Amino acid sequence: MLSGQEDSKNVLCARKSGKGVLAAPFRLLKTNRLGVILTFAVYKRDLPLNATPTERIQATDGYLGGVFDIESLVEKLLQQLASKQTILVNVLDTTNQSYPISMYGSNASNAGLEHVSLLNFGDPFRKHEMRCRFKQKPPWPWLGITTSIGILVIALLVGHIFHATVNRLAKVEDDCHKMMELKKQAEAADVAKSQFLATVSHEIRTPMNGVLGMLHILMDTDLDVTQLDYVRTAQASGKALVALINEVLDQAKIKSGKLELEEVQFDLRAILDDVLSLFSGKSQDKGVELAVYISDQVPQMLIGDPGRFRQIIINLMGNSIKFTEKGHILVTVHLVEEVIDSIEVETESSSENTLSGFPVADRRQSWKGFRTFSQEGSINPFSHSISLIVSVEDTGEGIPLEAQSRVFTPFMQVDPSISRTHGGTGIGLSISKCLVNLMKGEIGFVSIPKIGSTFTFTAVFTSGSSSSKKYKSQQINKMSNSVSSEFYGMRALVMDPRPVRAKVSKYQIRRLGIHVEVVSQWKQGLSSIRRGSNAINMVIIEQEVWDKYLNNSTLFFDTLEKIDYGTPPKVFLLSNSISSSGANISTGVCNMTVIPKPWRASMLAAALQRTMGVGNKGNPCNGQLPSLSLRNLLLGRKILIVDDNNVNLKVAAGALKKYGADVVSATRGIEAIELLTPPHQFDACFMDIQMPEMDGFEATRRIRDMEHNINNRIHHGELSVEAYNNVSNWHVSILAMTADVIQATHEECLRCGMDGYVSKPFEAEQLYREVSRFFQ
Amino acid sequence: MEVGQMQRRLVDYTKSLFMEGFLDAQFLQLQQLQDESNPDFVVEVVSLFFDDSEKLLNDLTMALDQPNVDFKKVDAHVHQLKGSSSSIGAQRVKNACIAFRSFCEEQNIDATLRCLQQVKQEYYLVKNKLETMLRLEQQIVAAGGSIPMIELGF
Repeated sequence: MLSGQEDSKNVLCARKSGKGVLAAPFRLLKTNRLGVILTFAVYKRDLPLNATPTERIQATDGYLGGVFDIESLVEKLLQQLASKQTILVNVLDTTNQSYPISMYGSNASNAGLEHVSLLNFGDPFRKHEMRCRFKQKPPWPWLGITTSIGILVIALLVGHIFHATVNRLAKVEDDCHKMMELKKQAEAADVAKSQFLATVSHEIRTPMNGVLGMLHILMDTDLDVTQLDYVRTAQASGKALVALINEVLDQAKIKSGKLELEEVQFDLRAILDDVLSLFSGKSQDKGVELAVYISDQVPQMLIGDPGRFRQIIINLMGNSIKFTEKGHILVTVHLVEEVIDSIEVETESSSENTLSGFPVADRRQSWKGFRTFSQEGSINPFSHSISLIVSVEDTGEGIPLEAQSRVFTPFMQVDPSISRTHGGTGIGLSISKCLVNLMKGEIGFVSIPKIGSTFTFTAVFTSGSSSSKKYKSQQINKMSNSVSSEFYGMRALVMDPRPVRAKVSKYQIRRLGIHVEVVSQWKQGLSSIRRGSNAINMVIIEQEVWDKYLNNSTLFFDTLEKIDYGTPPKVFLLSNSISSSGANISTGVCNMTVIPKPWRASMLAAALQRTMGVGNKGNPCNGQLPSLSLRNLLLGRKILIVDDNNVNLKVAAGALKKYGADVVSATRGIEAIELLTPPHQFDACFMDIQMPEMDGFEATRRIRDMEHNINNRIHHGELSVEAYNNVSNWHVSILAMTADVIQATHEECLRCGMDGYVSKPFEAEQLYREVSRFFQ
Repeated sequence: MEVGQMQRRLVDYTKSLFMEGFLDAQFLQLQQLQDESNPDFVVEVVSLFFDDSEKLLNDLTMALDQPNVDFKKVDAHVHQLKGSSSSIGAQRVKNACIAFRSFCEEQNIDATLRCLQQVKQEYYLVKNKLETMLRLEQQIVAAGGSIPMIELGF
């Protein structure tokens, strides 16, 4: 109950202030709970707000007090909060700061966060505060922690990735820059190397040409056999060096893209003849058979670069010769169309069916991968474009399998010892490949070790027969075209058991316009000849056949002799090599001519002309001229030869006699004048110029004067024409024979009345040219 | 020695003469002028050449032995020799003569003497070779064989 002691101060304050005053908490009697008293003064009358305390004290009438049970008050007020029991609430009277009086709530420890709020019960003199805190410690916010840790980790990772990426990018860019730099350096070095090579090679070439030139001149001076041998060796080495330099220069040119192909008209067959003769010596020495076959469908003239084409073939054949010790080397040229057609048709050829009987690598493998063939029907529709396919087949050592992929790499050789034993640097094939590519072709090969290799390439040319004016035609031997005229229509019999080789022989013979029949058996041949339904003019026997049937040689020649129709056929033996053959050249009456292989049409033509007695053909290479015409010109003519040198006289006389002329010889100018005093029967006179007593000029002058004289006198009637064979205009053709053909001499000849000149010794073509001028 | 072997030897020998430059294409022409109507042509021409050349060489030796060498005469002789060797196809003799003549023009005594030696040497060499060849041919014919003709494909 109220006792007023605790309260007295409060009451008095209340009286003074006019506001409610709270007493300090104390224990209530009944419930023993804490409680406070709120005391109000009751005044007698309304006091203004600004009334002084004294007035208030005077106006006090009584007091009104209320008891507050803090606990229930708090509980009721903070029912929501307090009842939850997770929150602890402490209400404290903090009027005296250092001694707060707890009015409500347990005195639990002040662990954890406390929220302090001030309470205002309306008593200005007292301060109350409320402290709230959680009963239990809040649990760790696992989810939050995990999430944030996770996010942190992710963020870290992302950051790391980003960083690493950026680093890597930077590094790669860096590397790239470095590579660019290095690449530029490498390219510059390469260019510098090529230029250096080219310059040096060019510089080397000049003095080399000087050396070779000097060696050539040296050869013409007086040397004994040993010295000549030395000079020849030096020349060979020099030529090899020049060839090497040219190869290197070619390589440099190709690399820098400066190699250009010519467009010239040329004859393919003539080129291959050249190449054949180039290698004939070497192949004969090695005992390897060399042959060339060109299909009939390949046109006569083509337009392209013959020099480079030749280079490719020489390279391939050179390689073949180097590595082949036995068997054969066969070069074939066909049109691409022919080969395509035969790809499906051709059955597997037996290994015996080759040129020399030795097995070869199947050539079809060498062009298996060519794109030209895989596109069916996409052969150029251009009318003039000719695609050729050329194969070089040999029976050599072959290329080892592991080296086959490197074959076209420059400077690569199968074995380092090769350059020691065979020479060469290994650039040839790579240059050939580049050249083939420039000719819009492809090159490939097949090689079986110990069996042989076959290299094949294609090339595109244009046909040369049309529009001949545009292109310069090459000044090469055109003999292959014109030699055929004499032998056209003749028949030949070839005895050869090997079909491939027979095909090659047939090709060469048909170039001369001769009809060819091939037999593989000796007996067959004999019966063909004996049959005689179509006269056979010549028999061409392969050495192999000859060796096998030695015993029948007498029978053979007897048969030939006994032919009733016309002349017996001439016999030719195709021999591999003269010294190594076991050939027993016949003892028959028939002369047999031996033609060494590799042989070509021109050689056969020359041999034919000689044996058929058609006249002096001598040098087959410049044989534009059928000697038949010379024979026609000179047959029966009476010719005077004047030369003080007996040997010359005899040789010249012999030559003219061969053409059927009636020859008279004289050794002095005086004799000549005598013999040529009209009337005489001479048609022409060949006069040597340099003669001791009276030279040719003087003699001719005198003869002309004499003729002039007599002609005049006949005209004037002093002499009768009848006495002079009814010829009134005497002028015998006089040709000078001279060993030194100098311009001055020529003019001198004309001046003294000569009609022309020929060189000593006679050259068929020149002879014909001069003589035909007045003997038509 | 049987005929076949002899013929083979002849062919090889002839071929070697061409390869070594003793004879050139002109000799081939000579061989071609020989036929049934003229069976000994080559022998005749070669013999004539030998006689002629011996005489010329003697004349040359004498001419160059003189105290005052008459180069015109020497030149005339060399010209003759050059002509005949050229007609027969004796290439090396001909070449030696050409060199000889150029020194004659220069009137160089020492050089011409040397040239004379050279010409003589070449001449005796080719004479030897030709005689061997002709002997082989005779042997073959005597044994009943025939002379094989080779087409050398020049």
